[in-house]
Amino acid sequence: MTRPISKTIEVPVADGEQYSLKMGPQHPATHGVLRVDLDLDGETILKCTPHVGYLHRGFDKIAEHRTYAQGVILSDRLDYIAAMANNVGYCVAVEKLFGISVPLRAKYIRTIVCEMSRIASHLLWLATHALDIGAMTVFLYCFREREVMLDLFEELCGARLTFSYPRIGGVRQDVTRHFIEVLQQFIIEFPKNIEEYETLIDTNRIWLKRTLGIGVLSAEEALSLGLTGACLRGSGVDYDIRKHRPYDAYDLVDFEVPTANEGDIYARYRCRMEEMRQSARIIQQCIDQLPPGPIVGDDAPDLVMPLHGNRKTEAGSTTYGNGLIKFLEENGEFPIGDTYVSTEVPKGELGFYFISDGSGRPYRMHVRSPSFIHIGALPALTEGSMIADLIANIGTLDVVLGGCDR
Amino acid sequence: MQVIIILIEILILFAIIMLHVAYATYFERKIIGHMQVRMGPMRVGWHGLLQPIADGIKSFFKEDIVPEQADRITFRAAPIICLVAMMTSLAVLPFAKGWVLADINIGLLFIFAMSSLSSYGIILAGWASNSKFTFLGGLRSMAQVISYEIAMGLSLVGVMMMSGTLNLTKIVEAQGGSFTGMYVFPQIIAFFVFFISMLAETNRVPFDLPEAETELVSGYCTEYSGMRYAIFFMAEYIGMMVMASIGTICFLGGWNGPFEVSIFPPFWFVFKVYAFMFLFIWIRATLPRYRYDQLMSLGWKLLIPLALANIVLTGLVKAIIG
Repeated sequence: MTRPISKTIEVPVADGEQYSLKMGPQHPATHGVLRVDLDLDGETILKCTPHVGYLHRGFDKIAEHRTYAQGVILSDRLDYIAAMANNVGYCVAVEKLFGISVPLRAKYIRTIVCEMSRIASHLLWLATHALDIGAMTVFLYCFREREVMLDLFEELCGARLTFSYPRIGGVRQDVTRHFIEVLQQFIIEFPKNIEEYETLIDTNRIWLKRTLGIGVLSAEEALSLGLTGACLRGSGVDYDIRKHRPYDAYDLVDFEVPTANEGDIYARYRCRMEEMRQSARIIQQCIDQLPPGPIVGDDAPDLVMPLHGNRKTEAGSTTYGNGLIKFLEENGEFPIGDTYVSTEVPKGELGFYFISDGSGRPYRMHVRSPSFIHIGALPALTEGSMIADLIANIGTLDVVLGGCDR
Repeated sequence: MQVIIILIEILILFAIIMLHVAYATYFERKIIGHMQVRMGPMRVGWHGLLQPIADGIKSFFKEDIVPEQADRITFRAAPIICLVAMMTSLAVLPFAKGWVLADINIGLLFIFAMSSLSSYGIILAGWASNSKFTFLGGLRSMAQVISYEIAMGLSLVGVMMMSGTLNLTKIVEAQGGSFTGMYVFPQIIAFFVFFISMLAETNRVPFDLPEAETELVSGYCTEYSGMRYAIFFMAEYIGMMVMASIGTICFLGGWNGPFEVSIFPPFWFVFKVYAFMFLFIWIRATLPRYRYDQLMSLGWKLLIPLALANIVLTGLVKAIIG
């Protein structure tokens, strides 16, 4: 499909009376507690100022007082729609910092849960994005499939929202046969379900009117705003950390990075829909290739839940839940240094920056959250358009305020 | 004596309509629920059958909040204006032959007048609440009603030309009892324009901009609570029923059906009205929402020219044939 990229947005000069509208933090379409201050002329947005921080919990600081293993739990609460991907991102960063190796089976399991959380996150995005634009049924169809994902997560680790399933050096529990069977069934049916959503909105004239040529960002603009993930790929930049700096088992599976050139809401929508198909493909390959073996590396044994038999003794001991004690015993001391590792979470690029001073706790942890950076693109997307487009633009950026405010 | 009989008739009609409104919400929630792979209300009564009653009681006993900065008199009057205007238009609807409260000769015009009047309620509600979201909702409603009232009025001119009357009973009689007599066939363009304007007039998806939840929180009724909010709701559903009735009367042959139901003469009328209601709900479950400027351009650039062309066409055909 080819269509002309519409002209750059011209901010009109107000000829009537201006007024301001504070949208949020309590508003049905701001996806949490985003507040957007709008200067309006009628329904045209002259100036748009997003305000964040209503959900600030200070994770960067809290992490300085926790061991590395405890930090996994903090990473759950960043982007709670795709907590599994955050966990993996955190663990990959700590593993790189300390040079811990992960067994192959754990890598595959992590890749599976990452892609599952990508599907769950994109389904929620599609659901709310469509609801924002007014298509109500897509919302419930998406939740039907998301429910399967959450049930699977629950079976895997007991939680439906904040998983803390990956551990530094592996994962917490092995997958069960039933889990694999249900997942396999889901992966076979899922492409049909995507087609069902597309039947409802993909060629719907009203949907096209609301998305084609709205919220256009060129590749240069998207890069300079620091966008990542589908927001960047929708503007035609082929950048995906899973492909370009692979972690876990992403270099062992075959997948494509969908991109679109138009840079509008529809292009980003198409990118994410394709990504869901690719995720299903990745999961299928991981299931097929899943090797036997341990799920936690030898050099990080106390980072998993203690086995059932010795839970009592382990739980009371000093080693349980206390981070890298075993590591310390073996290596003498924690390495001193810093590292920055980014992973591709459903929203974009999630980066963790650690400084280790050898104390067993991070001297400094910084989270590069895609949601925070994406909200910065909101003024560029919306100024000059209408209120209804603002809602569509918040949806297309796919922000989660938990990840944004940290 | 005459007055008492009419009063009793009004009361009966009022009661029946209110019951229909209550169960129209149930109808909508059930259908939309099943379209969206869920059940709809299930808890109150068998398959949630008592849900509308429970909702009514609940909203009746809820606190009636009037914002401090609101224009109190207008704020209180707005929902009543809405409801009264909508209920008044019921008076001229013929449900079956002779089943009409006021068989007046300007029935169609009267309904137009009343449905425009009810949008005053919405505009005043938006203004009086003293909130920017309600104000925007009111503004949108005003613009929408003005644009689509024209398109709707023009679309029905074709019907008036064919039947030669504004009296709703006579419009039905002019269509005759047969299936092919229905004006939906000769006036297919008018029906198309009418149907879209009907959705816009009643603020239904895809034209629910005045109360677009994700944009304006709840539009003009953001600040309303309890019974006053419920009154807006009732007015909306009565509006849907009135518009569905006009569609039935002007295009689908009113109470005439393939066979006569002598126990209950309005059977086919009610059936057709509920078919329209089903369409309303189906559309709500399927379509996204238009943007404000797109709504305007659809109304002015497509519907009004189409309706005008239909008038010219109808006039030409009428001049040549008859």
